[in-house]
Amino acid sequence: MATIRIQTPFESWLRPDAAGLCCVPGGFHIDPARPVERAVVTHGHSDHARPGHNAVLATPETLAIMQTRLGDGAGRNRQALLYGAPLTIGDVTVTLRPAGHILGSAQIVIDYRGQRAVVTGDYKRRTDPTCAPFELVTCDLLVTEATFGLPVFRHEPDTREIARLLASLAAFPERTHQVGVYGLGKCQRLIALLRRAGYDRTIWLHGAMVQLCALYENLGVRLGDVRPVSAASTSLAGELVLSPPSALGDRWSRRLADPVTAFASGWMRVRGRARQRGVELPLIISDHVDWPEIIQTIDETAAGEIWVTHGREEAVVYQARKMGRRARALALIGREDEAE
Amino acid sequence: MKAFAELLDRLVYTPQRNAKLKLLKDYFQTTVDPDRGYALAALTDSLAVRLPVRRTIMQLMEQRFDTELFRMSRDYVGDTAETVALVWPERFDAASRPALRLGEVAEQIRMMDRARLPEQLEDWLDRLDATERWALLKLLTGALRVGVSARLAKTAVAELGGRPVNEVEEVWHGLSMPYETLFAWLEGTSPKPDSAGAPVFRPPMLAQPIEDSDWASLDLADFAIEWKWDGIRVQIAAARGEARLYSRTGDDIGMAFPDVLVHARFDAVLDGELLVVRDGAVAPFNDLQQRLNRRQVTKRMMADFPAHIRLYDALLMDGEDLRELPFAERRRRLEAWHAEKRPAMTDLSEQLHVASKLDLDALWAGARSEEIEGLMLKRLASPYLAGRPKGHWFKWKRAPLSVDCVLMYAQRGSGRRSSYYSDYTFGLWTETDGRNELVPVGKAYSGYSDAELIELDRWIRGHTTERFGPVRAVEPGLVLEVLFDDVQRSSRHKSGVAMRFPRIARIRWDKLAGDADRLERLITLIKSPL
Repeated sequence: MATIRIQTPFESWLRPDAAGLCCVPGGFHIDPARPVERAVVTHGHSDHARPGHNAVLATPETLAIMQTRLGDGAGRNRQALLYGAPLTIGDVTVTLRPAGHILGSAQIVIDYRGQRAVVTGDYKRRTDPTCAPFELVTCDLLVTEATFGLPVFRHEPDTREIARLLASLAAFPERTHQVGVYGLGKCQRLIALLRRAGYDRTIWLHGAMVQLCALYENLGVRLGDVRPVSAASTSLAGELVLSPPSALGDRWSRRLADPVTAFASGWMRVRGRARQRGVELPLIISDHVDWPEIIQTIDETAAGEIWVTHGREEAVVYQARKMGRRARALALIGREDEAE
Repeated sequence: MKAFAELLDRLVYTPQRNAKLKLLKDYFQTTVDPDRGYALAALTDSLAVRLPVRRTIMQLMEQRFDTELFRMSRDYVGDTAETVALVWPERFDAASRPALRLGEVAEQIRMMDRARLPEQLEDWLDRLDATERWALLKLLTGALRVGVSARLAKTAVAELGGRPVNEVEEVWHGLSMPYETLFAWLEGTSPKPDSAGAPVFRPPMLAQPIEDSDWASLDLADFAIEWKWDGIRVQIAAARGEARLYSRTGDDIGMAFPDVLVHARFDAVLDGELLVVRDGAVAPFNDLQQRLNRRQVTKRMMADFPAHIRLYDALLMDGEDLRELPFAERRRRLEAWHAEKRPAMTDLSEQLHVASKLDLDALWAGARSEEIEGLMLKRLASPYLAGRPKGHWFKWKRAPLSVDCVLMYAQRGSGRRSSYYSDYTFGLWTETDGRNELVPVGKAYSGYSDAELIELDRWIRGHTTERFGPVRAVEPGLVLEVLFDDVQRSSRHKSGVAMRFPRIARIRWDKLAGDADRLERLITLIKSPL
């Protein structure tokens, strides 16, 4: 007689509730959208790391980022957990593994009664000089993000995009190049990529980026000569300025020399998106997995069940089912689709 | 294809003319023949592709890609060709992909057998990256639409040799792609291409707007006076049995006007106004617009909107270049020539005679019939000079009309103006269902100074009621005096009227919104209600 192993449905111990994704036997939420008793936070972006939790568990880098951005709101009790160190909470074991998204970003690996779930948070699989590389973890349930979950999203090699930016700097030496970047992660990665490509001039920063760049430096990420735009004595013709996307083509940019507006984001793959932004030089540089990488991850984790969160769930669910997996969309509140 | 694709990709997002020119020049300088020549052909819309490309790519997609995923992708992107370029399943990685040259593609499409298209297209798409696939599909599915006129592309090429664009225009229509002789001439390695009697375009002589201060130094006895016709300026060039019709900027628009060209059996280059004339009467400009920007024209179109050229000058006749002669002599020759040849669908622009400036003023003040835009003054002694030389030809446009409107919406500009709200939609008061409300009547983005733009921008930011992306709705609180040349009925606008060339004359900080004009007043300014 064959032994029949009865699997607990994953929903009996991991499920969405009003605050977000809840691990019931562990008594914690992952990236909750509202204040909770115990939160496990994948990374420091504001739609994942919210203020006001009682206890927060995260990597030391994520805790440092939360401290910088949220101050007193960063959680009353903060517990740092290093990558790869298992922590037992009641009946579950939690391990953090690098997600490759930004500095400190982690996948949450949860083992419970012989079942393993991996919650990726935001992740990417390409090399990023500013953070630890993504580690693949095989599992039974994969909860994956799907920000770029459509076949149209295939990110170009970042070396190609950096080369385009440098070519434009050479072609328009009388103009400032103003690149819109998300202040945490994308900004520092872009600087690191430019340094790798041999760009050793000063890189000028919008005021909103200064503090986070200093934090990265403190955490050991070398960014070279970066300075606030407010310290410049000219209109920065021929120079490179990084600013939040919201400052592109707005009043702040009037101080710059006839700026070429660039925007570094995975969304730039689609022309309508770039046009909407009024961008002159769209750079396809993303901190998320693209479509082929989502499929690759579903395949390599060997998970039988796939839950898809924030992004274009429909196409990923369809694709996962085509690959013979059980799959469902997980509608979580409070995620910013456009946050990159 | 790589450099060409990168060029198109940059151009499509670049709003400033000078930046476009720089990108084009860099491309032509660093790209070899024949690739750059085919790029020039594509940019000047000279590379006509008549292959069923759209149908073929859909068939290929069905074979190579999941239909459901394609549908979802297409819904997201909104454009089929772009979606195909993005999702095309790649067979090679970047390092092992066999290269494809623009020249190879261009030469193939000129002589390809339709039956080979699917196989050829699949091979090309496999050899390109996403940006190149997008560029290829743009090239194959018609006009590039990257915001570059043929004139701008030619200007960039002319600048390679430090020459004015008019010199390129003069030889252009005697050349054929991939324009190796043109590039060689501009780079100084061979002589100027010889158009050898072909009906090529000659840069036209343009008029300057007359200013109040000009009158003092003008003697009316030195000038010929004509109506300024409300059509489009054209040049008809015919030689050795071949005839062409050019726009003012040198675009060959002949394919839309075979009814005119069929009668051009002469050897001359003539200057005139293209109009629609029915039973001897000039039709409204709107009728002419039905015939413009077409690659082909039906018999029906030609019957409903018969084209006509009203001639006013002659540049060449029977092999003789008349451009050095004074206007009076050219006109005399044109009259004699026309009396003898009488080509159908043409006539001569009437010469007007006035005894005094007062007579002229009266003539100008009365110039408000449908087909007349104002008056032209041409110096009798002037040779035919390319460009807009000062003091020779003057245009005196009829007085613009004006209404006081209320600013309703403001949109951010592009390029240098991208941080300013510089495009304005304005409205007039009208009563709808018993309520007094504003209805939009037009849009303008010129007529104000830089200092005024800053003030307007500040006012708009302080009086915003709603935001929609780059557009802000504002409180009805700012009155703009708007000038326009003409107003017509229009079923496409909620107000039922459309203004021609609206521009801001003054910002009426002194006026209250309630004192602005009513829609009814604008409607009374329509000349011939249809």
